[in-house]
Amino acid sequence: MKAEKNSFKSFSRRAICLFGTQLLLMSGLASRMYYLQVVETKRYSMMAEDNRINFRLLAPPRGFIVDRNGDYLAINIQNYRVLLVPEQANSDHSSVNGVLAKLAQLIDLNDNQIRNILKETKKRRAFVPVTIRDNLSWEEISRIAINSPDLPGVDIDVGQSRHYPYGENMAHVLGYVAAVSEKELTGDPLLELPGFRIGKNGIEQRYDLALRGKGGTSKVEVNAFGRIIQEVERIDGKSGHQVMLTVDMQLQDFIGTRINKENAAAVTVMNVHSGDILALVSTPSFNPNSFSEGLTTNEWHGLINNPYSPLTNKSIAGQYAPGSTFKIVVALAALKYGIKPNHSVICNGHITLGDRKFHCWKKRGHGKKDLVGALRESCDIWFYDVAKRIGVDKIAEMAKILGLGKVTGLDIGGEKPGLIPTKKWKRDKLGKPWHKGETLIVGIGQGYVLATPLQLAVMTARVVNGGKSVSPHLTKKYIDGTEIHERVNINEFPSLNIDPAHLAYVIDGMEQVVNSPFGTARRSAIKHPGWEMGGKTGTSQVRSISKAEREEGIRKGDDIAWRLRDHALFIGFAPIDNPKYAVSVIVEHGGGGSKAAAPIARDVLMEIQRLDNELLIRNQENINHVKKG
Amino acid sequence: MRHINDNDISPMQKIWHINWGLLLLISLIACIGFAMLYSAASVDGGAGNWHPWAYKQATRFAIGIVMMIIISIIDIRIWMRCAYIIYAIGLILLVGVDVMGSVGMGAQRWIDLYFFQLQPSEIMKVAMVLALSRYFHSFSFDEIANPFILIIPLIMVTLPVLLILRQPDLGTSLMLVIGSGVIFFLAGVRLWKFALLIVIGLASIPITWNFLHSYQKQRILTFLDPESDPLGAGYHIMQSKIAMGSGGIIGKGFIQGSQSQLKFLPEKQTDFIFTMMAEEFGLLGGIILMSLYLLLLVYGLSISLRSNSQFGRLVGMGVTTTFSLYVFINIAMVMGVIPVVGVPLPLVSYGGTAMLTVLAGFGMLMNVYVHKNIKIPRRGYDGL
Repeated sequence: MKAEKNSFKSFSRRAICLFGTQLLLMSGLASRMYYLQVVETKRYSMMAEDNRINFRLLAPPRGFIVDRNGDYLAINIQNYRVLLVPEQANSDHSSVNGVLAKLAQLIDLNDNQIRNILKETKKRRAFVPVTIRDNLSWEEISRIAINSPDLPGVDIDVGQSRHYPYGENMAHVLGYVAAVSEKELTGDPLLELPGFRIGKNGIEQRYDLALRGKGGTSKVEVNAFGRIIQEVERIDGKSGHQVMLTVDMQLQDFIGTRINKENAAAVTVMNVHSGDILALVSTPSFNPNSFSEGLTTNEWHGLINNPYSPLTNKSIAGQYAPGSTFKIVVALAALKYGIKPNHSVICNGHITLGDRKFHCWKKRGHGKKDLVGALRESCDIWFYDVAKRIGVDKIAEMAKILGLGKVTGLDIGGEKPGLIPTKKWKRDKLGKPWHKGETLIVGIGQGYVLATPLQLAVMTARVVNGGKSVSPHLTKKYIDGTEIHERVNINEFPSLNIDPAHLAYVIDGMEQVVNSPFGTARRSAIKHPGWEMGGKTGTSQVRSISKAEREEGIRKGDDIAWRLRDHALFIGFAPIDNPKYAVSVIVEHGGGGSKAAAPIARDVLMEIQRLDNELLIRNQENINHVKKG
Repeated sequence: MRHINDNDISPMQKIWHINWGLLLLISLIACIGFAMLYSAASVDGGAGNWHPWAYKQATRFAIGIVMMIIISIIDIRIWMRCAYIIYAIGLILLVGVDVMGSVGMGAQRWIDLYFFQLQPSEIMKVAMVLALSRYFHSFSFDEIANPFILIIPLIMVTLPVLLILRQPDLGTSLMLVIGSGVIFFLAGVRLWKFALLIVIGLASIPITWNFLHSYQKQRILTFLDPESDPLGAGYHIMQSKIAMGSGGIIGKGFIQGSQSQLKFLPEKQTDFIFTMMAEEFGLLGGIILMSLYLLLLVYGLSISLRSNSQFGRLVGMGVTTTFSLYVFINIAMVMGVIPVVGVPLPLVSYGGTAMLTVLAGFGMLMNVYVHKNIKIPRRGYDGL
């Protein structure tokens, strides 16, 4: 009990001591306050009177984005807006209400907007301009200008807004800019500037820091009420860096037009040695200019409810079963694990595994086929057979070597990884054991297998560039934050350690797909000497064909609803002798790959080689010109 | 005076036993805050505005008050039993934030909880008071003379302080150290030990300094000497002094503070809100607010002295002192007495996390008041 009393006594003594300290500190602060506000108040009041230099932030112009030839893809255009200075509008013979009513007769201005403007004018001091409307047309500006004597306090001001000259055709690559949301504030004061816009998608978002630039400051003199008297000093900011893409806008535009009539499709073109993406098209698309001008609710709902998902960049975020294009992977895996290229299988239209029948796409069967023949005619039976022999995990290993099953690391956001199944994957994710029948299905690129069009292009590039681990990118130079560096060792990617002889067999098969009279894509051959292409068709089943339908003879085709039709795929490369470009094409629900996708790939590969040739001739002429001069 | 057995009343009945004066005082100070936030939201000196700050702040205050009352009516012995668990949770969250930060999820000091963002270091401020109070509750004044008893609480303080230092948040770690030191002092740790610790601390500064990276040294130097950054902290303090000084005795009037309203004054809704108050309401307004704070400290002292358990006394005084530390540091900072530390003015500055932490702390003080008659033995069964 005594100990208890002792403790309490000690506590009380010390607590009161503590309180005494607090009291002392508080009086110290109070006397400091007395000193500032009473003793020194004259001096500080005078300093407050003189305190007239105010800093205002100036937004820097956003960097341009250009294509590989320097063509402008994203620029800034002047945006005219009309302002109202309330104190100038209020005079003996006019009022803010009157001026606004007159203005409403000249430009589009509804009652709701007028009410908001009036509310705004009441919140601010009378000399602070209030924005009435943005994005005025020339016609509207001239109408206001002509009537300006009747519109006291109305001013026209020029700002900048982002513009994309190629609109829809580059929207998925470039993204768009929009107002900063609260979550995006990082402490950079620029972001808090009213009307400031930042990149929200694609290149605009990925390289926002480089494009943004550095804000400037304007030192202005204000009077005691905050009215600006004059600008004392102006430090202009630094405009954002120009970003050059690897994309060829002429090619991108060509492809956009070429696949315009498809409901939904995606095309990717890349340089097989450097990884430069020359075109990345996804259709349908959206108009990025309406995003930077501000979207109406109707437009927005139209975009998100569109069944063809125009906001999705299908080249990188669309995941499809690769179908027979995946046979490239299976063939390389088979060669790696001991299957000889002359390994022959007799195709009579189906094989059985247990009590299940697995069909070839060709009902009558292909007869005896070896590796090259099976690739050329896309014989499913040969691939069922070798898939069964080597197993799914060996196929998955090769798929991963060729870049499937994980994001390729393209420098814009939103890329999807696709899916390459293994026995372990199924056990972990679905909790079920792997069935042998599923291996067969994987052997023809169906079942769980998923890949994006970009991944398929990378896969093709890695096969035809001599087995090097090329990875794709969209910018000419390497950009890290606000710093831009030259790319070093552009064509030097590490080897994937695939036997060159194996690659040669597969390339031979791909060549015959297009150029042999028996090839599945024989109708899409490029006839121009030296520009010939090779490739592989693919048809990705959206749903399995039922036994009843098979018996009725429905296999594919026009009598099935669009939604249920197969996806058409094609992967290709050109020229055959010294491959430079890889292309992947997917037409959603387009039917067979040879019919819907291969002709597009042919036209695209023709066009890029034609553009290259044109460039070569132009350069040659320039050189000759210089020589003559 | 009624004698009631506190064990017999239900939590709902306890609501009638809370300290209404304390509640009123807290609300009064918060209301001054709302008014200042309303003024701070004025655009170019026009009328004030409930958005974007005052409205949100009032909502958070309402949520906080409910939380405070709930905290106050839960039996004090339950809090005492949970003290170490709460401390452990705080510590785990601190480690979690540390790990996430280094794994590359971005330097997040907080956990997103829909209507506000929770910083583990904020939980630690209250958890530390609870855990240390629980620990020292078991030892009488005479027992505390034994230096070995201090090993565990010293570790309890060191771990979170090191974790917060890593974030890096020098200000908060310092506050935590001082706040904990006060509890050591109140628990009866002998004064010569404090003297010894200070001497050791001072002696080890040169050694620690050599172990720091150059950027860490730079950060500490800027902390101690903000004038080295003339356009940053030094400019802020000068503007703050001008705004305050020009306010005079009775101030320039509500929303009429030209220095604050014309954006000469930085961060007027958070760290520099006291300056704005002093400009618009002058010495008079400032002294009134300071007196209200002082009254709050008086409440804290009297509640602590009336408690019948050592745990209650230590919690009450611990919470009150931590609170007063923030008040002093903020006001001293805006008057240019000490270097600029990013410390808000409790109950007044805009900010959800700080508001909820302060109200949780006062919930504990209120709890001590509600349960002032409960005696808890130093060791063994607590009677619940």
